[in-house]
Formats: sequence, C-alpha cells, structure tokens
Amino acid sequence: MNKTVNQKAWFLVLPVLILVAFSAVIPLMTVVNYSVQDTFGRNEFFWAGLEWFSDMLDSDRMWDALGRQLIFSGVILAIEIPLGIFVALNMPKSGFWASFCLVLMSLPLLIPWNVVGTIWQIFGRVDIGLLGYTLDKLGITYNYTQDITAAWITVVVMDVWHWTSLVALLAYAGLQSIPDAYYQAAKIDQASRWAVFRYIELPKMAGVLMIAILLRFMDSFMIYTEPFVVTGGGPGNATTFLSIDLVKMAIGQFDLGPAAAFSLMYFLVILLISWVFYTVMVNLDKRDGV
Amino acid sequence: MTDSTAQAPGAAALPGDLTESTPARRRFRPKGSVVVMTLYLIFLLLPIYWLINMSLKTNAEILGSFSLYPRDLTLANYAKILTDPSWYMGYVNSLIYVVMNTVISLAVALPAAYAFSRYSFMGDKHLFFWLLTNRMAPPAVFALPFFQLYSSVGLFDTHIAVALAHCLFNVPLAVWILEGFMRGVPKEIDETAYLDGYSFPRFFIRIFTPLIASGIGVAAFFCFMFSWVELLLSRTLTSVDAKPIAATMTRTVSASGLDWGVLAAAGVLTIVPGALVIYFVRNYIAKGFALGRV
Repeated sequence: MNKTVNQKAWFLVLPVLILVAFSAVIPLMTVVNYSVQDTFGRNEFFWAGLEWFSDMLDSDRMWDALGRQLIFSGVILAIEIPLGIFVALNMPKSGFWASFCLVLMSLPLLIPWNVVGTIWQIFGRVDIGLLGYTLDKLGITYNYTQDITAAWITVVVMDVWHWTSLVALLAYAGLQSIPDAYYQAAKIDQASRWAVFRYIELPKMAGVLMIAILLRFMDSFMIYTEPFVVTGGGPGNATTFLSIDLVKMAIGQFDLGPAAAFSLMYFLVILLISWVFYTVMVNLDKRDGV
Repeated sequence: MTDSTAQAPGAAALPGDLTESTPARRRFRPKGSVVVMTLYLIFLLLPIYWLINMSLKTNAEILGSFSLYPRDLTLANYAKILTDPSWYMGYVNSLIYVVMNTVISLAVALPAAYAFSRYSFMGDKHLFFWLLTNRMAPPAVFALPFFQLYSSVGLFDTHIAVALAHCLFNVPLAVWILEGFMRGVPKEIDETAYLDGYSFPRFFIRIFTPLIASGIGVAAFFCFMFSWVELLLSRTLTSVDAKPIAATMTRTVSASGLDWGVLAAAGVLTIVPGALVIYFVRNYIAKGFALGRV
C-alpha cells in the first residue's frame, strides 16, 4: 500500500511513545546508571566505569548461563519446529474437527506460565504425578529435583508441550493459504508426497516458519517462570538460564552493578535478534504486496 | 481403433479425477493423521487432565493412594479458594490489573496503529522497530528497575503499577496486531469518508472501528492473555494489596507446600478465562502470536 507522507501522524503515535518511554526507557536508563557505578551501601554511589562489564565478561557465571541457554533454545527449536510442521500437516483441513483441534491445541498456550510449571511439577512427581509414577513403576529412575538429566528432560518436554502448538498453528496458517490449484498441478505431475512437501508446502510455509523460529527462539531465550517453578534453576545450576540467573543476581543477591551490566549485554543480544525478526517481517510484508 | 476407445475413457476421466482429488486426499490422509492428531492431543491434554483430577481429590487421597480418577469426588478445594479472601482476592487483583492493562493498551495502540498503517512520517520505521524490541524485551531485565521506579513514585503494590508495567510488552503487541489488521482495509474507504466530510475522529469511530472489530477483539484477547500469564513483573511489583493469583500460588507452595488439592484447583481456575474465549478466537491465535502477520 502506498502510504501518504504526513508528519502530523506523529500526534497519533505520541501516546504510545510517551507510555512506552515511561515503561521502557526510564527503567533502562536506571540499568545503564547502575552498570557504571559501584556502592559502599547507604545509597552512596561512585563511578566505576566499565569495570562491571569486564567483570561479567571474565566471569564464568554469565558464560555458563549463556551456554545452557543456547543449548536449551537449540534443543527446543530442533524438536518443536519439525514436530510442529508434522502436526500441522496432519491437521484436518476444515469443518468441525479442524475447529476441535485448533481449540484443544491452543489450550496450553493460554495457561499462565507459573501454572504450566505447577502442572509439570505435579505431573513429574514420583509419588503423586502420573508421569513420575509411571516411570517409577517401569523401573526408570526419575527425579527432576536431584538428577540433572531428568531435570533437563522435564524442562524441555514441558516447553515442547507448552509451545509446539504455536509452531503447528503458524505452519497450519501457512498451509491454509496454499491454493488448491497447486495440489492439482502436483497431482497431474504425479508428484510424490515428499515432493509436494518439499516443493510446494515448505516454500509456501517459509515465511511463517521463519516467524515461528524467531518467536520461539526469542521467547525461549527469556524463559523464566516455567523452569523456575519446576526446578528453581537446579539441581545446582543445571537449569539456571539467563533470566533466572539475572533475577537471582539482581533481586536475590542485590548485586546491582554486575546485574545491570549483565542486563545490558542480554538486552543487546535481544536487540540483534529483534532486528533479524523485523527484517523478516518487512520482507514478508513486501512479498505479500500489501 | 480399439486403442483410442480404450484411451478415451481414461482421458475423459482425467478432469473428473482432478475434481475428485480433494475427497480422495481426504479419504486417504485421515487414516494416518487421525492417529497422529490423537496422540498429540493426548500428549497435550494428559497433564491438564491430571491437574483437574487432583483438584477434585482430597489431600488424603492424593498422597495416600494413586488413582487415575478421583474415587472420592470432592469440591472442597474449589470451595476453599472461592470462600477464602486471601485466595480469591488473588483472582480479583489479577483481573483488575489485566483489564486496566487491556484498556490502556488498546486506547493508545489504536491511533498509533492507524498512523503506522496509513501514513509514512519521519522515523516511522525506527519507531516501529523500537516497539518490537520492547515486545521482545526480557522481563527479567526490567524487574528491578520497575520495582525502583514504581516505588519511587509511590505506586508500589497498586494495580495500576502492574498494568503500566505490562504495557511494556502489550502496547507494542497491540500496535503490531492492529496494524496487521488495518493494512487489510483498503485506503479508499478512508479517502471516500474524508470526501464525504467526515472528520478524523468521527470517521475513526463510526466507520473504521467497526471494520476492524475482529482485529480489536484479537488484540484485546492477546493483551488480556499476556498480562494474565505473566508472573515475574506482577510478583515483583506487588506485596499484599494487589498480589496476583500467580504469586499467591507460588507463595503457598513455598510456605506450606503440602496442600496439593488447593494448588491444583487454583491452577484449574487460572485456565478458565482462556478456555472460555478460546473458541471465538480460534482462527486468529496464529495471527495474534505472529504479531498480526500470517
């Protein structure tokens, strides 16, 4: 759509600008402020330069958390994206069953995150949870509060449970937009099921899949509540991801300087991914020609 | 001659074959799909079923015996939540700030989304991108600064503080979703209305808003949902008066840690608002999560 140049449009955007500036810029400035200062307590601060940043870059703590975070995000993407596409391909195309599946699949997406944690915390318990009890009866040692592998599996399965439907719904929306003529053409060419997927469905889904990947990466990158409720970041630090570590540092230990430096570096990574996301979105809009 | 007659039905059948292709695909595909979808839905629903199952049991039954369904059906857990103010006020508090947040977000996002979808102005792309970064901002980064900001202006432990804090990600979300819907409305409508002598506010309220009613509904739903499911900020910004249900739940776990039945019932009740409206937005869930693009 050709947009008219109109500088007065700024007035329409102004409320958003003021509101978001109040809730984003001011707090962010506080963080910047803390990141370059040190304190002896009693609210006396002095300039510390970039010391906290170099401290954080040298400490293993942040790198370990970042490493765990990247492994976690990588693992859940590797499971959720293919699984989501697979589920989308198997969804009914229309009618009652399509709505039925849509409604049930959306359910986990709308559950408060701490309740998601609570559900899995209960579900995995050996004494009262269905999953834990069954595994225990099968003779598999499973204890997500003590065993690192079990904790990781629980957190990953929980995320797959929580968010695969989102990937599936996005992929499904992409599939729905493919005109029937494409399938008919493929039929005339006697294309195999795989060829239909590879040369028709996958390219047509590429845009939405890109959104799905970025959204999942983004949201898993700042995951906090669910693993916090289930494992509390443990056993040890095994499931302490970036956000959990940051909250521990800032609110638990009140190490404002390091936490602020950590926050800013965290935020820079987010900014970078946001930019990729934005570019993808804009290209998608252009391709759709709207 | 015989060849051509033998071929003719086949050739004639080709178009027929094509028109049949959709039912044929349907007849063939569901076999495998039904199994896949059933398994997937069982995987999704089993943990939820287990929560509901536990919420209908007494604590003695939860801890004493293991059963797949409540043998001794009780509503006592729900009764406790709905009669004890320290529990049900959690829901009331959550609902208050969530509704406040939804109203604020939509009120400011509507004009902004219109501006983004219709006009180009200085810095529009940067602004749009900047909004996106706030949707993506990790709440953990903002928890402490928010706490200090709202404490210093005397808003700590009020509903409006949480509502404003959630604007951080909900306003950008609403702007993006609404912009996605608005760009689908032809610009000619605006131009015709202006030619007919409509002023901007009157056009916006009388003509434009009804056209994007579904978009507003979807944006409202997502603002509601994201504010409802968020825990970190709402917990950090409240202590007593505005304590959300999510925080009430976590504190009960750490304090007594034993009342599984009530915890499960509280969990089930938090799913209810989403489950109630889910049917109406089922076709827009993907669009909403993808910020109005799809």
